[in-house]
Amino acid sequence: METQPVTPREPVLIIKDLAVRLPDSAERIHAVNQVSLEVFPKEILCVVGESGSGKSVTAHSVMGLLPENQLKTEAGSISVLGEPIIGASPKRLRQLRGNRMAMIFQEPMTALNPVMPLGRQIEEVLTEHRDMSSHDRKNRVYELMDAVNLPDNKNLFRSYPHEISGGQRQRVMIALALALEPALLIADEPTTALDVTTQQQILNLIKDIQKNRDTGVLFITHDFGVVAEIADRVIVMKDGIIVEQGKTENVLGHPKDDYTAMLIDAVPSLIPKSRPANPGKEIAISTKSLEKIYKTKSLFGRRRTVKAADDISFDIRRGETLGIVGESGSGKSTVARCIARLINPTAGEIRVNNTNIAEISERAYRPLRKHIQIVFQDPYRSLNPRQTVGRAIAEGPMNYGLGRAEASERTRTLLKLVGLDTDAMSRYPHQFSGGQRQRICIARALAMEPDVLVADEPVSALDVSVQAQVLELLKTLQSKLDLAILFITHDLRVAAQVSDNIAVMYHGKIVEHGPTKTIFENPKHEYTKRLFNAAPGKMWDFN
Amino acid sequence: MTLKPETYPAILAKLKGLTTWPALLISNSSVAIGGFLLLFVAITALLAPVLFTVEPTSMHPIDRLKGPSSGFWFGTDMYGRDIYSRTVFGCRISLAVGFSVAVLSVSIGLVVGLVAGYFRWLDAIVMRIMDGIMAIPGILLAIAMLALAGASLKTVILAITIPEIPRVVRLVRGIVLGLREEPYVESAISLGTRTPKILIRHILPNIVAPLIVQGTYVCASAMILEAILSFLGAGVPPETPSWGNIMAEGKSYFQIAPWIIFFPGLYLALTVLGVNVLGDGLRDTLDPRLAKQL
Repeated sequence: METQPVTPREPVLIIKDLAVRLPDSAERIHAVNQVSLEVFPKEILCVVGESGSGKSVTAHSVMGLLPENQLKTEAGSISVLGEPIIGASPKRLRQLRGNRMAMIFQEPMTALNPVMPLGRQIEEVLTEHRDMSSHDRKNRVYELMDAVNLPDNKNLFRSYPHEISGGQRQRVMIALALALEPALLIADEPTTALDVTTQQQILNLIKDIQKNRDTGVLFITHDFGVVAEIADRVIVMKDGIIVEQGKTENVLGHPKDDYTAMLIDAVPSLIPKSRPANPGKEIAISTKSLEKIYKTKSLFGRRRTVKAADDISFDIRRGETLGIVGESGSGKSTVARCIARLINPTAGEIRVNNTNIAEISERAYRPLRKHIQIVFQDPYRSLNPRQTVGRAIAEGPMNYGLGRAEASERTRTLLKLVGLDTDAMSRYPHQFSGGQRQRICIARALAMEPDVLVADEPVSALDVSVQAQVLELLKTLQSKLDLAILFITHDLRVAAQVSDNIAVMYHGKIVEHGPTKTIFENPKHEYTKRLFNAAPGKMWDFN
Repeated sequence: MTLKPETYPAILAKLKGLTTWPALLISNSSVAIGGFLLLFVAITALLAPVLFTVEPTSMHPIDRLKGPSSGFWFGTDMYGRDIYSRTVFGCRISLAVGFSVAVLSVSIGLVVGLVAGYFRWLDAIVMRIMDGIMAIPGILLAIAMLALAGASLKTVILAITIPEIPRVVRLVRGIVLGLREEPYVESAISLGTRTPKILIRHILPNIVAPLIVQGTYVCASAMILEAILSFLGAGVPPETPSWGNIMAEGKSYFQIAPWIIFFPGLYLALTVLGVNVLGDGLRDTLDPRLAKQL
């Protein structure tokens, strides 16, 4: 294949023909099968795949962390620096973890002990594995904290995990992993739970580590943007099998396997398509100085107010999509929930059909509810597990007086419209995949024949190939039904592809608002620039 | 990636695919053992009029404080009454109290908990009342109520139910508070579903499983509470053969006739154990998330 690095060295990790068996009740026999890979020093190998591809099982096998009663290693070998992992005694494994290999996880909050100061947690690793004086140990902890760019480390040493941000927690996790200078670092989706700007910093940190030390990194991710950003080599997995591997630019640029090509094709481009302006259409919904303030009242303590949404004004015309982008805590979901009247705004106007729905009572609003419907992020929690799909979709129209027969007829039509079989009606949500459930949720919202669809991160929980299908569906439905869509997302790629206009939110305010193309090509606000700059894989033009 | 939300439906699908519910329940050993113990006590209670050997209230002055023998299987008490027959009839009282209290407190607690959990403005008021009831020890409250109303099976059941209600309310309210924020409940709101329908169709079905489990614990604790009340002389009228009454009468003879306390005590212990084990098993089968946690 490709030429090796200039100095050929022994790989730190060798996996040969690994096969891990799933429980008998699972839908396939092996979690992973015939997986072989090598990680060299100073190399970042990305294992990329959709959920259920076996990428996490591979990572956990290397650490000897598979739940033994459920997943059995059937064949193959794993060796770290020449030492076999499969069959090693638990005691030996414990010594190897930390010393030779270390892992960082997706959710840094649960991976850290909440009742132990951060410094002590790092120190503990050194106490366990190294014979050092307490003074040396402390200095080493400060060194490590410096190495992962944690500021003010004297103070941080005594802090607890809940006192620092998610990005800082992930840094502490990395410091912990690096404490014993392992030859192999395994990162299992380390940035998935983080905001893009934080993600960028963590990715840079991992790149630095790889550059300055001899560490080999096995990086598990589902995000091709991250792959483009960080990987030297890529392995693409599907259903437990490696379908393609090679250098990053080769795999991304000239995928040989159809599945890889499909995945890469499904990644939305950061370059917005030019869209026809439709100025003639009527305005479906408009807000003016919308505001939501949360107040915490306490008997003795200080009263605190949080402006979750502040001075939010926009119009959406029929057949048009407004994308609201922002990081977690920016207030974008608050806006969505105000518009759907799941929470009441504190001040401002929301105009639909010439009625200001922000101020009318629940009773007066009920007949108007039909006009605005919402689709949520998590398709697993958006459907009542004990209600059939048919009843779920028919519920709305029947609330407004549609007869059972007509409602069931409409359900059938809608299921076909969103690309599902009509026999789905009598089945329960758990029998469907995430993407199918999201289609059901869309059908349920459309059953009300709304003018405005609020989509709150509707594709964030879905795999990239499914995400592409759902986005395509929304587009088709929009042009067919002339829907106005308010599309909330944290993903700039998705926003670039679906939105006619974009509003960037930061700390509860819209900091920039305009046509998608203009904003992407020429961001004006400082924060927008920072956000766009942090988008992973921006130098790689997917599609 | 999105492991958490997937686990539950996946397991549920697996369970449903594997077996039917009755088969599944029996496949859980706790359910089988607990169910067997409870079935044994229930059959004893049902067939008490057939199973008894000596009239439970008839006195045999000659055979006072006799140890277990072929005539009196569990021995006799200080009036010469047969402990076995009295214990067998005692099953009826214990089960009647246990089940009535469980059904009553679960149904009242369910309604109150639903309302308190769903309507914010009612929550504070209802929960303060519940806190008030919980602040008084259950036994004291029951004794006070029995002193006011007079002892009978009905008043005993009522007196035990009231202190049990807050525990159910707290459980239901806690679950409802969580469910109310679930996206599918919010979806129902935005579909214009009226509140009572949301409570009944979307929230209630998702509380049933934990509620059944809580019901078994209430049942067990009610049986013990009934025995304690009887033992203290505040429970069902003393002539009624209940386990607590038998033990109360035997307490002064414990050193010379321990069987008077031993056998009803054994029945009580086994019954309560059975109910609790059944409850644990039900919790594991009905809520696989708790059982299968790694």
